[in-house]
Formats: sequence, structure tokens, C-alpha cells
Amino acid sequence: MEPSELKRSKDSPNSDESTRRSSFPDEVLERVLSLLKSHRDRSSVSLVCKDWYNAERWSRTHVFIGNCYSVSPEIVARRFPKIRSVTLKGKPRFSDFNLVPENWGADIHAWLVVFAAKYPFLEELRLKRMAISDESLEFLAVSFPNFKALSLLSCDGFSTNGLAAIATHCKNLTELDIQENGIDDKGGSWLSCFPESFTSLEVLNFANLSSDINFDALERLVGRCKSMRVLKLNRSVSLEQLQRLLVNAPQLAELGTGSFSEELTFRQYVELESALSNCKNMHTLSGLWDAKGIYLPALYPVCTHLTFLNLSYAALRSDELAKLLAHCPRLKRLWVLDTVEDKGLEAVGLNCPLLEELRVFPADPFDEEIIHGVTEAGFVAVSFGCPRLHYVLYFCRQMTNAAVATIVQNCPDFTHFRLCIMNPGQPDYITNEPMDEAFGAVVKTCTKLQRLSVSGRLTDLTFEYIGRYAKNLETLSVAFAGSSDWGMQCVMGGCSKLRKLEIRDCPFGNAALLSGLEKYESMRSLWMSACNVTMNGCRLLAREMPRLNVEVMKEDGSDDSQADKVYVYRSIAGPRRDAPPSVLTL
Amino acid sequence: MEGSVGYDNDLNLKATELRLGLPGTEPVSIVRRNKRSLQQVADDDCGVNGCKSDDQNETAPPPPKAQIVGWPPIRSYRKNNIQTKKNESEGGGIYVKVSMDGAPYLRKIDLKVYSGYPELLQAIENMFKFTIGEYSEREGYKGSDYAPTYEDKDGDWMLVGDVPWEMFITSCKRLRIMKGSEARGLGRGV
Repeated sequence: MEPSELKRSKDSPNSDESTRRSSFPDEVLERVLSLLKSHRDRSSVSLVCKDWYNAERWSRTHVFIGNCYSVSPEIVARRFPKIRSVTLKGKPRFSDFNLVPENWGADIHAWLVVFAAKYPFLEELRLKRMAISDESLEFLAVSFPNFKALSLLSCDGFSTNGLAAIATHCKNLTELDIQENGIDDKGGSWLSCFPESFTSLEVLNFANLSSDINFDALERLVGRCKSMRVLKLNRSVSLEQLQRLLVNAPQLAELGTGSFSEELTFRQYVELESALSNCKNMHTLSGLWDAKGIYLPALYPVCTHLTFLNLSYAALRSDELAKLLAHCPRLKRLWVLDTVEDKGLEAVGLNCPLLEELRVFPADPFDEEIIHGVTEAGFVAVSFGCPRLHYVLYFCRQMTNAAVATIVQNCPDFTHFRLCIMNPGQPDYITNEPMDEAFGAVVKTCTKLQRLSVSGRLTDLTFEYIGRYAKNLETLSVAFAGSSDWGMQCVMGGCSKLRKLEIRDCPFGNAALLSGLEKYESMRSLWMSACNVTMNGCRLLAREMPRLNVEVMKEDGSDDSQADKVYVYRSIAGPRRDAPPSVLTL
Repeated sequence: MEGSVGYDNDLNLKATELRLGLPGTEPVSIVRRNKRSLQQVADDDCGVNGCKSDDQNETAPPPPKAQIVGWPPIRSYRKNNIQTKKNESEGGGIYVKVSMDGAPYLRKIDLKVYSGYPELLQAIENMFKFTIGEYSEREGYKGSDYAPTYEDKDGDWMLVGDVPWEMFITSCKRLRIMKGSEARGLGRGV
């Protein structure tokens, strides 16, 4: 609806501003634009002309900031006066893998202070890879009377005391989503801080936390929050307790179970199965820690309408998975551990024709003696059975060029192809050749490819292919690959839509870094660590491109001239002032 | 990050060297990982890595294992969860004695190592060099002179295969491969 309305107004005569103003009042334009949700569309709209820029900024209620240092809170508040929902991302993605120093930054507090002044009616805050303290959480809880939704993903710096503050003060809370954070878990009493009069919670996810919570408090909370649709429990909640919760919440659409392994009596098992079968709306299931094969049949009634099944914390065997999947014909997204092995993946191919996303995580990523896990055969089997597959994250210990070629022939619609051959620099294990042709096949065949992670032994040829064919590529992750600067130059020269590039342990140096001079301002960020970039190269980049922030993280004991870790990003806020001593801004 | 720098630089040079070499000249591994130290990467902050890696150098008779920080790229949260699970389940195997009629001495096996009956029976066949025969609910093990049995928690001698595997490994106290007429009698109705 919205795009055609916009098209009509764009097609109207290209007259001067006054004519446009009289034939198309601002209020109408704002009303139309308020229906636009996509932030990319909104960015495009704001570039049309000054009127549209103003109409857009007055009608925007949600702002998405992909790099918290690309802009300052003051600038955001000046441009957008009516924001009710904010999404902020902070640290570079490689901080998930301990590559970013402690205290690097991305602290939310300065933002909250500005928001408290400018957006007192703020309702939603979604943070990824930000640092947030208990004091900040308390400040948040008391500063925004209308606050409704808090989502923290891969954040750190806070403890359960902060959660207690949120539970205590946010009377209108609908969503509390705590995922994969570095939380200081001081105990489960925070959950008891929700007042007895509080009934508005719709989303509660505390799967991340390890300590026991007060189950009675949880049971009462779930019982009185009749609109609850997402409930993700932590491991301390038992099967028997799960059953008691489900009896009071059959309306749940997404469930994360607790531990799925205690000894149940036959009667308890039947009661659990019955409670689950009453959950007619359930489309997403996760948790299932330590799942025992013998209890999985209790899930069968729910499986028939499941679209997303996350088994990445349940070390299932191939036969256990096969039996379960026979009941999951509608599955679109599946996450598993590689304990299911190739045989388990064959079952995926056989049972889940609608599958769009598959993630296979390694159960023993650091143990070289393990000879299990999945191989190229499992991936190939899935590709034959699941032609709609477009998102894959696959950790394996062996792969061949031929297998990948077959896979993309079966599934040409990949938008996200993330392959991790866990031994760095490993070639095709049958032919001993580099894996260049594998990724060549991916980029040649999958024209919609947006995100690519490469691995294995790769020469510059891989990057020639990427530069030449991956015209829609936005995110590229590279590790232990390439032969020379030429590889990176191909990517910088060829991938016109590239926004995020992260590179580690590759032989790319200053020539490669500087080949992207023109490009970095159209990207969100560049990360290069353990490459051959020097301080001088970084200084040159910083000098030539004043609108980029060029940050170097030095490691103790390394050569003074080497730029160990480089993080480059565009910013209208100038160099940041909160960098720790280990981070040099050039 | 301080402590791991030496290793990181080392690995960089090695990585470059290897790529200039012939394909297939796979070294022992560019990456040599050590489970213990990586758990510490997940748990502690950077400063601790330095101390731990020094320890590794002293203790390893096989080539000292270097760690690559942040590889494979798995979030700390996920690593910690998997490690916990592994440690819990690693709490001792289920070792039971296996005797075979006519054999001079007994053997011991760890039931936890097997994922089901077929694997277990295969292992026992290999161990004693014989064949067990086909299992059926009605007739027990047909086609050979042997029948696998086990003593359960109540002290009764049961035919292997009648109960679910999980239940079997928790109730099995010892195994006995019966031979001859005793074996043929089993499973054919008492």
C-alpha cells in the first residue's frame, strides 16, 4: 500500500516547493509516511527533498542505529523528536569471540541520559553488544513511565540486580528478553520483584541465567499474565514445573523449556504430554537442555505445527533426531548440535521439505580427537531434501569443492551462507586443493547472497570470484584466507553493496586497506585483525578520510609499527571520547 | 589479550609460510588447541590467558598446543553451556563385567560408550569372536548357540534387548553370554 502511494506523490509534477506545499499538506505527508516501517525506506524518503526530510523525521517513531559510534545521542534527538523505540548495536561482532579488549566502550548510559530528557515517553530499547550497568538499568527503570520492552542480546556489565530494578519499577512492561549476555548472575530473586498487580508481560526470556528462580513467583506471574506469548525458561526449571506452567499458559506461541531430563513417573509424563498438546498456538520451541531421548515423544503433539525448533542445547543422536523430525513436517528453521551427525541431517532432508534455515553447531569445538560431528555428506543430504534452504550456518571438520557445488545447485536461493571448516586453512580433503571453487560456486549461483562467511584454505581466487559475482553481498567474514593484497582489493572493488567486512589472520596489508578508501564511507564498518596492516597505513587512511574513525587496538609486546587490530567506521559524531587507553584513535 | 600475543604472531608467520608452500603440505596443524586453555578464554578475562599458556608449554610432551583466540567462532555463552553439559555427563562410565560361558576370563565394558543395542552386541561379538544371531521379541536370539543376558537390579537374569536402551543401561549389573541348551531355551517361553 505505502509504496504505491509514495509513487503517486513522486510522480506529481516536479514543481517548486511552494506548489508542492499547497497541493500536499505536511500533515498528509506525515500521515502517509507514518505507515512506513522499514528504516531503509525511511532513509530513502528523507533524501528526496527538504519537505520530505522534515515530514519523515517528525513521523519516525523507531530509530535503528547499527553502530552506536556512528552518531551521537544529541544528534539523534535533534533530528528525530518523536522516538518511542530505539535499537542500538555497539561492539564489533568479533567481540563475541573475545577479540575486542575489555572496556572497549559502547556504554549505553550517555544515551539514556539524553533519552530521559528528550524522549520521556520512550517505550522500547533493544541493545546488541552494548555495555550496560546495573545503575543504567535502574536509571532506565525510573526514567521512563511508559517503558514497555527491553531486549538485551550479547550485552555485558550488568547483574540480576539490574533486572530486579526493571521488574520493580516498570509497571507497563510487556517484554523482558535477556539473551546470551555476560550477566553476573547473583540469584533468582529478581523475578519475585514483579508486583502481584502486574499483568502485562507478553515476552519473558531468562534462558541465559543459571540460578534458581522462585518457582512459585514465576507460576503466579505466568498465571496472571494472560497475554503472555513468549516464555523461555532457564535450565533450573524442571520438567514437572514446566508442566505446571503450561497448564496455565496454553496460549504460548514460543516456549523455551528448562532442563528436559529428570526422571518422570508415567503419570507425570502423561500430564506433560497433555499440557503440551493443549498449546495449539505454539510455533517455536527451544531450551531442551540435556534432553533425554525417552521424553522427546511428549513433544510430538506440538511438533506438528512447529516452524522453529532450536535443539542447539540438546545433544541428540541421529536416531533421536530422526524420530522427532518425523513429526515436524512444517519446520522452517532448525538449529542442532553436530552430535546428530550426517545421519541426523539425512533425516532433516527427508522430513522437512519446507526448511529455510539450518544451523549446525559443534558440540566439541576444541577437541581435535573427535571424529564425529557432521561432514559434507550431511549438508548435501539436506540440500537434496530442502530446496527452499536460504540460510545456513554449518560447522564441520571436512568439506569438498564438489559437495558445495552440488549444494548450491540444489539450493540456489541462499541469502546467508556461513560455512566454518573448523581447522583453519584446511583444503578440500579429497583433492587437497584450496576451497576456492566451492565459494566460487556459491557466489556464481546464489545471486541473492547477502551474507557470506568463508573458511578452509583459500587463495586470492576466492576473492576474485567474490568481487566479480557477489553483487548483492552486504556482510563478509574472512579468517585465515587469501594469498596477497589482491584478494582484498578484488572485494573492495567489486562488491558494491558491501556494508560490513570483518577479516582476521589474513595476509592483507596497507595496499589492501587503502584500496577501499572510497568505499568505507558507504559501509558500516571494517575490522582487520592479525593482518599485515601497519600504523602508517592506518594513519594515511585517517588523514585521507576525515569522516571515518580509524581505531587501532594495540596488544602488549607487539611491534610498534604493526596495527594489530583495526576498526574503521563512518561517523558523523567525530572521534569518540570514551575510548580506553588500549584503543588509539588516529 | 596480553598473554596470547606471542602465540598470535607465531601463528601468523606460520600461516603465511604454509600458504606459500605446496597444497597438501598440511602441518600437524596450524592450530593446535588445548581444551583447558580455551575454557579459560571463555571464562576469564584476557590477562589470565598469559599465565595459562605458560603452563601448557611446561606440561605437554606432544608438541605444545597453542591456542587461537576466538576460533572456531562460537560465542562464549554457547561454549560455556556445552562444556557444562559435557562435564556433567562425563561423571564416570557404567562399567559392567561380561562373562561368556566357556571363556577362561571375564571382560569389562563401559555401557555409556554405546548408543544402543546394535553397537553393544557388535562390540561383544568382536570381543569374544562369535556371532549372536537375530533378535526378535517373540523368539529371542535366533540363529546361533548364544544368547546375551544380563543381571538386573533385582538379581534376575534377563534377555538383552527387551527394554528401552536407557532403562537397560541403568539397570544392568553384569552381562553373561549364555551358550548351548540354556541359551536355546531362553525366549521360547518358559
